Amino acid sequence: MRYAETGFNLEIDLSKGSIERVATDPKLSELYLGGLGTNAKLIWDRVGPEVDAFSPKNLLIFGAGLLCGTPATGCNRTIVSTISPQTKLLAFSMMGGFWAPELKYAGYDKVVFRGKSPELVYLYINNDKVELRDATHLKGKGAIETAELIKKELREPRAQVAAIGLAGENRVFYASIEQGRSSASRGGIGAVMGDKNLKAVVVRGTKDLIIAKPAEFMELCDEVLEYIKHRADNPIPDVMPILAGLGSPQEMKETDEKWHTENFNWGNARDRRKDFWTDEVEKEWEHTMEKARTRLISCYNCPMKCGATISMEGLPTYMMKCFTKLTYTMGAYSNLEFGLKIAQRATEYGVDGFSAPQVMAFALELLENGILSDDDFPGMPADNEGRFYYLLDMIVRREGIGNILADGTYWAAKAIGNGAEIYAHNNIKKTEQLPLKLSMLNPIYYLMYCTGEKINITQIEGQFPQAPYPTMEQREAFVKDWIQVPDDKFKQIFLDWEPRGEKSMPHYPTVDMCCDIVDWQEKMHYIDDALGQCAGLSSFPLKPPYHIHNYPKFISAGTGFDMDEAKLTEAAKRYRTLIRAINISRGMRRADEVPPQDHWKKRFPELEKELLDAYYKLKGWNEDGIPTKECLAELGLDYVSKDFQDRGILAP
Amino acid sequence: MKKIVKTININVDKCNGCRACELICSAFHAVPKYSSNNPARSRVRIVRDPLRDVYVPLYAGEYAESECIGRDQYTIEGKEYDECGFCRASCPSRDLFREPDSGLPLKCDLCDGEPEPLCVKWCLVGALSITEREEEVDGEEVKLTEMEIGLESLVKRFGAAKVADMVAQITKDKR
Repeated sequence: MRYAETGFNLEIDLSKGSIERVATDPKLSELYLGGLGTNAKLIWDRVGPEVDAFSPKNLLIFGAGLLCGTPATGCNRTIVSTISPQTKLLAFSMMGGFWAPELKYAGYDKVVFRGKSPELVYLYINNDKVELRDATHLKGKGAIETAELIKKELREPRAQVAAIGLAGENRVFYASIEQGRSSASRGGIGAVMGDKNLKAVVVRGTKDLIIAKPAEFMELCDEVLEYIKHRADNPIPDVMPILAGLGSPQEMKETDEKWHTENFNWGNARDRRKDFWTDEVEKEWEHTMEKARTRLISCYNCPMKCGATISMEGLPTYMMKCFTKLTYTMGAYSNLEFGLKIAQRATEYGVDGFSAPQVMAFALELLENGILSDDDFPGMPADNEGRFYYLLDMIVRREGIGNILADGTYWAAKAIGNGAEIYAHNNIKKTEQLPLKLSMLNPIYYLMYCTGEKINITQIEGQFPQAPYPTMEQREAFVKDWIQVPDDKFKQIFLDWEPRGEKSMPHYPTVDMCCDIVDWQEKMHYIDDALGQCAGLSSFPLKPPYHIHNYPKFISAGTGFDMDEAKLTEAAKRYRTLIRAINISRGMRRADEVPPQDHWKKRFPELEKELLDAYYKLKGWNEDGIPTKECLAELGLDYVSKDFQDRGILAP
Repeated sequence: MKKIVKTININVDKCNGCRACELICSAFHAVPKYSSNNPARSRVRIVRDPLRDVYVPLYAGEYAESECIGRDQYTIEGKEYDECGFCRASCPSRDLFREPDSGLPLKCDLCDGEPEPLCVKWCLVGALSITEREEEVDGEEVKLTEMEIGLESLVKRFGAAKVADMVAQITKDKR
């Protein structure tokens, strides 16, 4: 008997058109939990480093988190894992929404795709009935449009649909998988789906998902609900509003964008506009948002309203969440009206909202600086907004210069040459990042930017405040009910941390303290990604309802595993290290672990070296970032150790 | 005598479409309590169509033996709702408010025995709330147990004789 999980995966060979229901090993769930953890194990076992993103041998895995479908509030995420065409490393983008719980209710924990379909198809899972269906009539359709058409033709309005748009079909390196109000966008996983000729994965389930210890589990759920209410009534003082509450940053609810528009950079992550937010702009943008937003909406079983339904005049309705609200606006130096309008088209095409606008702004910079010429943009409109629509269309159709830009700024710059490389300046591991440029090095963020294999800062940070509090009274008040810390030493670090002077950045928190803080923050994200828990109620905000002290209880009561903090910490370290091992086998090394080159003005090379050395050591990696034999043995990853020795990555 | 009338107030403007109500309803009515989760067994279902901004929580009402002769289709403020979208009946024309495996009808019991229905407790966004009022009624109220409701519907569907035979058969098999 399996609890909280179903114990079955679907294995789909798209080349052959075969479908198998495969029982999984419960031991693997104890060792790697579910979601990201067991996804990574499948990739390690079955996708060797010689397998390219667009090889039929590449797997595309849709994994529901271990606790998805249970009453654990906010536990609804689908973790999609594959080899990325953009980074050539493991991509493990995720999406909230309603898809993962539905998969559990249909009786499966994962859907694993291999091969390539000869024609465009979609997979329809309806409990025990699973079939590949013709999708040639959906070719070129938008991702949201596709979902609506499929639900109609199946006469199943309660089905959940994850689909790609034209960008995925044309293998744009930053194509997303869209699912109603949510999307898995980073790393170009939509391109892999398109390469496999898979237009959508549709699921409907009406089976029971069983809990091991129901009474204990409900008690924990009740505590979480109470804590969410407590946090709603007690926002964290002395931080900016978007950091005070729970959930994703409340971009759909808030209309005041002074902070983002004046602190983040515009264009190709270039200009900070310190006096941008005038009364006039505020009035205009507030009007735009209020007119556009029909309703604030949530993912499955979650009271946080991080998303919204957006209706722009004359355009089909779509759904949005978080920061895509501003990326197109700021990439194009335009206004909110434009941003929300072009995001509608971008959502139907299915592209990542961080990368796409940055690539377009990058292309226009190359044009302005004579690296590209007008001949490269035949028929491009003269007006600013028109140019962005033009570029978006060229990219997703892979037409002309769009075919090069569709590979992202890193590969496009390489292909264009002629000095284009310096314009691809805001990447980590070949992937476009938030347009943030700062002054003084932040050693905590330095480590997260360098070593994060999610390659996206918002998916690593959280838990520890971003800045020190000015007065001791404020700090003492903050630590008083800080129950989430794994160890009281973190409270002391925060108490001693000063905005300036001896105990301030970059030398305080000290190197060892920074390593511990980053290790804690990263660990919580990795646990979330195995359980399917949204970071918005856990690893991302300050003082969340889920933390290292109640998570083991949730897992024990849900699955029946014998779990405690030490075991959970070890499990998270095990699959985190396995993910590193996958990327190491694909050639990633210390030299790749650098922040965007101009992220900070003031850099400290010696300190940075010290930080990375110490962090690698803490993680059990050698000075090149490779997990050591001892570390691998401790985690029961001897099979990785052996593979590394066979391949000459580690000395025998 | 006096009876307490409980009303669930549904504010569709506040619904965020998260379906926590469906989930917790199915968990509460599982046997043993909270042992399983399956919104398809829930006695509250959200008529939900995000792109048309339709979010209407609907509670399971009476069991209907047969379908209506006609159907109804609502359009409100230009939004088209599902056929029979607002009907609360557990009816042969559709699978709504019937157990997905046995087809037995489901009916909201306001989570009998709990201080408040769990759908209300779990709706932190305030779309669902409950009020109580006292009403004067004539005579003694007869309250049916869950088994009685279930058996009655089986009798209606298959006839008393067949159900009695089946119970006798199962009892014999069990021995």
